Amino acid sequence: MKIVVCIKQVPDTKGGVKFKPDGTLDRGAMLAIMNPDDKAGLEAALRIKDEDPDNTEVTVVTMGLPKADDILREALAMGADKGLLITDRVLGGADTWATSSTIAGALKNMEYDLIITGRQAIDGDTAQVGPQISEHLNIPVISYAEEIKVDRSAMTVTVKRQFDDRYHMLTAKLPCLVTALSELNEPRYMTPGGIFDAYADADRVQVWGRDKLDVADENIGMAGSPTVIAKASDKVPKGKGEVVTPGSPEEAVDYIVGKLTEKHVI
Amino acid sequence: MDFSLSKEHILARNLFKEFAEKEVKPLAIEVDEKHEFPRETVTKMQKYGFMGIPIPKEYGGQGCDPLTYAMCVEELAKVCGTTAVIVSAHTSLCCDPIMTYGTEDQKQKYLVPLTKGEKLGAFGLTEPGAGTDAQGVQTKAVLSDDEKEWILNGSKCFITNGKEADVYIIIAYTDIVEDKKGRKQKKFSAFIVEKGTPGFTFGTKENKMGICGSSTYELIFQDCHIPAENLLGTRGKGFAIAMHTLDGGRIGIAAQALGIAEGALDRTIEYVKERKQFGRSIGAFQNTQFQLANMATQVEAARLLVYQAADAKATKSYYGVEAAKAKLFAAETAMDVTTKCVQLFGGYGYIREYEVERMMRDAKITEIYEGTSEVQRMVISGALLK
Amino acid sequence: MSLEEYKGVFIYAQQVDNEVSSIALELLGKARDLANDLDNKQVTAVLIGSEVGGLADTLAEYGADRVILVDDPELKEYRTEPYAHALASVINEFKPEIMLVGATAIGRDLGPRVSARVHTGLTADCTQLDIGDFPLQPVEGQEQKHKQLLMTRPAFGGNTIATIACPNFRPQMATVRPGVMQKRAPQSGAKAEIVNYNPGFTPNNCYVTIDKVVKEVSGVANIQDAKVLVSGGRGVGSPENFKILEELAECFKGGMVSCSRAVVDSGWKPKDMQVGQTGKTVRPHVYFAIGISGAIQHAAGMEESDIIIAINKDENAPIFDIADYGIVGDLNKIVPELTKKIKAGQ
Repeated sequence: MKIVVCIKQVPDTKGGVKFKPDGTLDRGAMLAIMNPDDKAGLEAALRIKDEDPDNTEVTVVTMGLPKADDILREALAMGADKGLLITDRVLGGADTWATSSTIAGALKNMEYDLIITGRQAIDGDTAQVGPQISEHLNIPVISYAEEIKVDRSAMTVTVKRQFDDRYHMLTAKLPCLVTALSELNEPRYMTPGGIFDAYADADRVQVWGRDKLDVADENIGMAGSPTVIAKASDKVPKGKGEVVTPGSPEEAVDYIVGKLTEKHVI
Repeated sequence: MDFSLSKEHILARNLFKEFAEKEVKPLAIEVDEKHEFPRETVTKMQKYGFMGIPIPKEYGGQGCDPLTYAMCVEELAKVCGTTAVIVSAHTSLCCDPIMTYGTEDQKQKYLVPLTKGEKLGAFGLTEPGAGTDAQGVQTKAVLSDDEKEWILNGSKCFITNGKEADVYIIIAYTDIVEDKKGRKQKKFSAFIVEKGTPGFTFGTKENKMGICGSSTYELIFQDCHIPAENLLGTRGKGFAIAMHTLDGGRIGIAAQALGIAEGALDRTIEYVKERKQFGRSIGAFQNTQFQLANMATQVEAARLLVYQAADAKATKSYYGVEAAKAKLFAAETAMDVTTKCVQLFGGYGYIREYEVERMMRDAKITEIYEGTSEVQRMVISGALLK
Repeated sequence: MSLEEYKGVFIYAQQVDNEVSSIALELLGKARDLANDLDNKQVTAVLIGSEVGGLADTLAEYGADRVILVDDPELKEYRTEPYAHALASVINEFKPEIMLVGATAIGRDLGPRVSARVHTGLTADCTQLDIGDFPLQPVEGQEQKHKQLLMTRPAFGGNTIATIACPNFRPQMATVRPGVMQKRAPQSGAKAEIVNYNPGFTPNNCYVTIDKVVKEVSGVANIQDAKVLVSGGRGVGSPENFKILEELAECFKGGMVSCSRAVVDSGWKPKDMQVGQTGKTVRPHVYFAIGISGAIQHAAGMEESDIIIAINKDENAPIFDIADYGIVGDLNKIVPELTKKIKAGQ
């Protein structure tokens, strides 16, 4: 069984987002980490590998800057077998559409039975790349997985998929793409020895440039991105709000309900 | 000179930091208050290979260097001094001597389960009448007539991991010889003793000022028979084994002291930014700023000494002076920094929940165990005046 | 692709168990506003399901001029592939200028798959939609396009905001966060033009099998996952009195009760409910601070919440410095009244 897990390096927003004195986001001050949903996806893959280690290969794939090698090594230190870094200047500035077609372009040149991605990345929060990859590869997708089980003889995957007020147990034929929630599991830690092994053999991570990808030029990078940013701004930290002293509880309640309605909470 | 860490070390540090924050920190207050050995944490650390970091893979370890091990102890100590010393005593004082002096059979039988996390280790040298002065050791081992067993009698005190360990390295005297001047000198040997051996029992549990969750016990040996093959290293060389083992142990304790100082300083930096007095944060006062500057500089200096000592252990056959300097400076830094941190916290600093007072209590032991600061000065000056 | 061929504002009219989801009505409200700023003012709802034609009138009442109905037994329960096939086929056949989908569990699954299939951009989780120029200001050497859909969305966990356009592809597609757009007042008796359309459904490798559907609202166990937190301090008075906070929390989907350190120290509530420096850091959409003075140690754990509402009888309580809306008054009177009023409105 060949499992490919797509992971992304993101700035750590937990423990507070850091701002520069001028109020803009200070990305440099935030640690670059493996996206949490992706890590849960990797853990799910490693658990499938634990069931039959000799017959399961887990490959982690990321697209990004050369320094994204760090999270691939982290994945190896957790127990993945191989890593693939897709990096090329011409791939920069991609939106979700171009990102997914690029990663699909790499996957077309790889072997896979099951692809796992995180539901969404904590920097973009779009939850699009996983389902879009599956479309580009013309394989089924099951998003928001809470449990993943594979049947190696039938070559199927069964997934518990959460909706708002219900869950579905779904079975799909492999190859299939599953997107994982960070609630799926508690990812394992690396081991110290695993870390040293991950770096000992540089070739455990392959690096692919644009020429290794099966994708048309018009579908990559900024040029291949249908969406364009018109304006980006950092949210201004809010100042002091308003304080009222209502004459009666009813007045207080009207005030609160008014605000909640205004903000579409109720 | 290259002071930057390798990518491996940076990632390893991230691992230890994350583990410490998620698994160790939430329990630190309770471990201290209840004087409870953090067994669950130890089990988790065993699972992830933290109990055999600098031991080669062929003996079940992680095959990493002493620096990685020191960083592990450091990160654990930032959030919990108890957890840090459990790893340190196990690794430096039990795994390391077996690795260095053990026979292949001893390594397979004892070291592999220790590094794989199936067993926990401890080390016993100190006795009620023998601390810094090893000649005061009363524990005695006698070879049986058939030379198949050693019979151990005596007691050891203040033993870290005392009742929780499974494998103990015990120093006892096996011979008495006369030196050139005709004075009687004890000759020591080291032994591997398993928990459960008849005649091996536990005495008093020590109620301590700090590192309250660590299991500190008296070990009692009454006609305790141990197999002859459990002699570790050469008969009569036990003192050298003990001293060499402590050289390594001091790096672990230095790393623990460093971590305690860093942990207290980190919390204090956060606190002074938030705490307001006279309408501004206390970090805006110059007294606070200068104190922080001094402490950060001390911590950095301690870190360089600790990492240098760890590096020396990897590259040199004798690293006792580097280890002594690292432990001396890191321990005194830990005590000084934690005391000042409590002061900067003011009233809150004296309250358990804010944890710096625990760090202050934990810091004190680093100036005492595995050789007091005075012993470290003896080691350092001894080398200078040689 | 000739962009001019694409006309009208379409919304995906999500239905579950033959019931129109609230998001569909919200999208209709927004679609109406957007259409008014465009040349083609028609609002079309795309209704996909099995035997769901009866819902068309509801959509008409909330603003749909036209309902495109894709009705097929394969569409009984939501599954990605047949639904994506249905919606993508509608887009290819009817060529909307704008396609809005709710950012629900279904919409966030369906939207990306469809956008990839019809080759257009998709902006996720929008909180604001406008018609305007792109680029916003004229840029020399670049054509400024008019009447573009400008899609605004938060990113970085709400720390940044971006406005996105899709100038060269159609439809301009967005998923829209539920609860943000306004429904219109229903026009009772309004009728929409109904267009039946069936692109044909042939199961292929992308069809998954539904083994089981289990309805259950998964309980939120962690206060860090709560959307609304009703947090109590020592001012609540007694552990028993937390009942009024629990009742308020129950009014909100994803609502939970949390507390301050003083409450934990008094043994009223367990430690895992504590917000603050020595407790948990939370970031709900709404944070009610009830009877909490708001010491800095507490604020550190909750000041990132989107909306902070504080109720406290002490007008000098520090909590009022960080609250968006502060109410000086008696929580014992205000909270039960508030619960009653919100329940009455539901």
